[in-house]
Amino acid sequence: MTDKLDDRRNMSQSYLADRAKFVRLETLRLTRIAGAGHYSSTFSCAELLAVLYYAHLRIDPANPQWPDRDRFVLSKGHAAIGLYPVLADLGFYPPSKLDDFTRLGSAFGDHPDMKKIPGIDFSSGSLGHGLSVALGMALAGRVAKRDYRVYCMLGDGELNEGQVWEAAMAAGHYKLQGLVGIVDRNQLSIDGPTEKVMSVEPLEDRFRAFGWEVHRIDGHDLAAVMETFSGLKPAGEGKPQMIIADTIKGKGVKYMELSLDWHVGNLVGADYDDAWSEIEAGLQPRVEENA
Amino acid sequence: MMGAVDNIGQDQSTLFRGNETELRLKDEKSVRGTPAKSMPAFILGEELADLAESDPRIVVATADLANSSRTRDFANRHPDRFIDFGIAERNMITAAAGMASCGLVPYVATFASFAGILAAEAIKTDCAYPRMKVRVLGHHSGISMGFYGTSHHSTEDIGMMRTIADLTIVCAADANQLRAILRASVDHPGAMYIRLGRGRDAEVYSEVPSDFALGKASTLREGTDLTIIATGSQVHASLAAADRLAGEGITVRVIDMHTIKPLDVDVIRTAARETKAILTVEEHNIIGGLGSAVAEVLVEEARIPFRRHGVMDEFSLIGPPAALYAHYRLDADGVTAVARELLDVRS
Repeated sequence: MTDKLDDRRNMSQSYLADRAKFVRLETLRLTRIAGAGHYSSTFSCAELLAVLYYAHLRIDPANPQWPDRDRFVLSKGHAAIGLYPVLADLGFYPPSKLDDFTRLGSAFGDHPDMKKIPGIDFSSGSLGHGLSVALGMALAGRVAKRDYRVYCMLGDGELNEGQVWEAAMAAGHYKLQGLVGIVDRNQLSIDGPTEKVMSVEPLEDRFRAFGWEVHRIDGHDLAAVMETFSGLKPAGEGKPQMIIADTIKGKGVKYMELSLDWHVGNLVGADYDDAWSEIEAGLQPRVEENA
Repeated sequence: MMGAVDNIGQDQSTLFRGNETELRLKDEKSVRGTPAKSMPAFILGEELADLAESDPRIVVATADLANSSRTRDFANRHPDRFIDFGIAERNMITAAAGMASCGLVPYVATFASFAGILAAEAIKTDCAYPRMKVRVLGHHSGISMGFYGTSHHSTEDIGMMRTIADLTIVCAADANQLRAILRASVDHPGAMYIRLGRGRDAEVYSEVPSDFALGKASTLREGTDLTIIATGSQVHASLAAADRLAGEGITVRVIDMHTIKPLDVDVIRTAARETKAILTVEEHNIIGGLGSAVAEVLVEEARIPFRRHGVMDEFSLIGPPAALYAHYRLDADGVTAVARELLDVRS
C-alpha cells in the first residue's frame, strides 16, 4: 500500500479486526526473534493502533516526512513492537527489515527511534515525555498554519509522571483542538494495578479539569473506537481531545490477560503455540467473555 | 486557523500588558528606585526578534521568565511566535523538540539552573539524541544570582551537558558575543545549550566579533609565560588579570573558550607548546566543566603545569554577586592571585 492514505478512510470492521490480530501475531513472532518483548502492553492497544493507522491517520508511506501529515507519538514507547509491523505493512519499509529486530546495529529496538525508522514521528522510551512532544507539534502546526492533527498514545502508568500534567495544562491553556491524546487504560503498571501502585483515577475528571474534551470508550470495541476517532473535531481552536480507552493488558491471550507476569517475557514451546492459536481465533464478543 | 494563531498573540498581549503586571512592575520601581530598563546588556529577545524578521522558523519560548531573559522583547514583536509555557521547564524543552521536529527552530530560555539540570533529561532524550534544532538558553548561570541561593546557582550545568553526545555547548562572554552566537546558531545542526550570564556582563568585545565561529576559540591576548583559558563571565576577569600581571612583566595569553563542545583542542595543544603554564577559569564547579575538558586534552597531549580554577566542588555561598566573585577568587584580583600561585610568583 503505497498510495497516499486519505483522511477518514472507510475500512470495514472485519478488516480492522484482522489488522489488530496481525499486530498481536507479529508481536509474538518478533518477541521470539529477540528473546524478550513487551507482549501485554502491546496487546492492550492493538485495536487502537489498527484503527489509527489503517482507518484514520492522514499519512503517506511514500513520503514519511510529508509536512501536512498527521503526527503520531507513541509515548508508551514499549509498545513499538506492535507499531513496527504496521508501518511495514503500510509500506514505510519492507517487512523483511523486521527480521533484524533488536540485533546489533538494527534500527528496530524495544523503543521507537525516529532517526532510524521511516514513519516514526518522534523517538520515545522515557515515559512521560510524549504528550509534551505532541503539544509542541500541535503548537508548531498553529504557528505554521497547517491543519494536521497530532495523536499521542499514553500508557496509564505513565500518567504518574508530572510532565504529563504540565503538557495537559499547556494544551488546555492554548486550546489545542488539533491535539488528541489516547490513554491505553490497561489497569496495570509493572509493580501491579495502577490504582494500587499510584492511582490515576478519576481520569475523566482530571483531564476535563485541565481543559480537555474527554471521551471514554472500550478500547477493544472496534465499532466504538472507529466511531470515536471519526467523530473527533478537526484541528482548530477549541479544546484538546482525550480518548480514555479502557483496555485489558494482555488482551487476546487468556493467560496473559491482567497478569503481571507478561509485561516483558519470552514465550516458548506450547505456551507460544497456545498464544498463537488463541490470537488466530480472534477476540470474542464481550458478551461471550462475560458468560 | 487564523483565529487560533491570532489567539496566541492575544493571550500573550494580555499576559504582558495586563494591568496587574504593569502595576506590579511600577510598584517595584517606585520601591526600589531602579530604572525600568535594568538590564541594558541583555539583548537576547531583541537579537532573536531581529533574526526572526527574515526567518519564519524561529520561535521563542520561556518558562515564566520573559522579563528576566528579555524574551519579552521578542514577544512584543512576534507575539504569534512566542510561547510562554509557565513554570514547566521540562515540558517546555520537550515541546520545543516537538516543534523542531515540525521544522521550527525554537529558542527556549530559562534560568541555567533549571535549563541545564532540572530539564537535563529532556535535553538529552528529546533534543540531543534525535538531533533536534532546539537552542536551550540557560541565563543567569553560575553564581550570578547571588543571594537567591543554591537552588538558583548553576555551577553544574556545563558538566551535565558535556556528557550528552551530539550537543553543542556555548558560553557567552558578553552581549556582543551573544549576538554572534545567536546568529551562528540558527543553521547550526543539532541541539545547542547556550549559557548566558545575568545580562549585566562587562564588555569583552566592543562590537559583534566578525570572526566568531562555533568550535573555534578566540585568542584575545598573546603571551608566553601563562595561558589563561576562560569561558563566559570569566573572560573579562581573566583579561583584567592578564593586564595586572603584564605590569609585573608576566605575559599572559588569554583564550576565550566560548565553545565548550566541540572543544577547540588545537588551541589548547598550541598553548601547551608555546606557553609555560595553563590556567582555566570558569564560573562553574572545577569538576566537569571547562577545566575538566582542558585537563582531558592536556593529560593526553602534554606535560605542563596546569591548574583548574572555579568553584572548588562545593555548593556556593549566598551573597551579593560581587562579594561572591571576590570570595571565590573569580574577580580580577582573584584570578591574578591564582595565576601567581600557579607560576609560583610572589606579588
